[in-house]
Amino acid sequence: MRRALFEALQAERAAKRPVLLATRLADGAQALIADSGVHGDAVPEAIVAAAHQALRDDAARVVEHAGERWFLHPHNPPLRLIIVGAVHIAQGLATMAPPLGFAVTVIDPRRFFATAERFPGVTLDDRWPDEAMAALAPDRRSAVVTLTHDPKLDDPALDAALRTEAFYIGALGSRRTHAARLARLAALGHAPETLARIRGPVGLAIEAVTAAEIALAILAEIVGVRRGAALVARPLAEAAA
Amino acid sequence: MTEEAEDVLAIAGRWVAEGETVALATVVETWGSSPRPPGSRLAITASGRLAGSVSGGCIEGAVADVAREVMATGVPQLLSFGVTNECAWEVGLACGGTVTVFVEKLA
Repeated sequence: MRRALFEALQAERAAKRPVLLATRLADGAQALIADSGVHGDAVPEAIVAAAHQALRDDAARVVEHAGERWFLHPHNPPLRLIIVGAVHIAQGLATMAPPLGFAVTVIDPRRFFATAERFPGVTLDDRWPDEAMAALAPDRRSAVVTLTHDPKLDDPALDAALRTEAFYIGALGSRRTHAARLARLAALGHAPETLARIRGPVGLAIEAVTAAEIALAILAEIVGVRRGAALVARPLAEAAA
Repeated sequence: MTEEAEDVLAIAGRWVAEGETVALATVVETWGSSPRPPGSRLAITASGRLAGSVSGGCIEGAVADVAREVMATGVPQLLSFGVTNECAWEVGLACGGTVTVFVEKLA
């Protein structure tokens, strides 16, 4: 890879913009393909189109066109984990999520909880959840987890999350708490099939007890949902109950 | 694509800044139960430093040999490996697979 192309790739990654590196396998001709256009060697239109598809699918693949094989290597921004509630479980999530590829943001307007000492190196957002969620704008590479148990904080976050493409929405709380929460969200106009997107009780059922174990259960469920694992499938009736 | 705790490109960039000669090896295709998916990277220096992986350890040695050649000539190479049953077993797989790896110099 030429230095200029490498540096451009690293600059796009640092700016958290989706970019794809296309390589013609026969001779190593290379280009970067992004929303802003194609930079580098000439790339056939069909390959550019396939590159945008590979970015959407977030899957590296070889594509053949006009007898030439191209390797399409997407570099999407990190997955995001948005946590509402700077509580003990959030500390476990914030520690375990980065090695799994997640950039973590913790939302909590209660300064008493959301301190740099409790969350070293973690992005803390002290706005109210509705405001913070509007600014963070979760996309389909984002997971949202609410942990406060306080409807004043959790409900606006869930209300906002349900209006996004977030691939995972989880809410801490017992079955009874969750049923009451779903009733409140339904009153805000969310349909049952929309509410079924919320995973509550949150996390894989591994009999987790400690804060770290609950964080592990939540992250295992997030990974399972992202990878389409059968283990995380829930009957709609149960999810909506 | 997989997300990696270890940012192989960032490490490769640092090595280049330190004056090292660096090659990148990238998994481009796999068949069967190869341990690492397409897009997995290994960075290697002429001085022998390694970051990342293109297999569970089965083919890194062979890739490193080719990488030295690629660093010397500047000409990229496309390699194909069959992952043996024995080696696949070592990384927790029941059967073998095949992997294609593109090796290029970071010029």
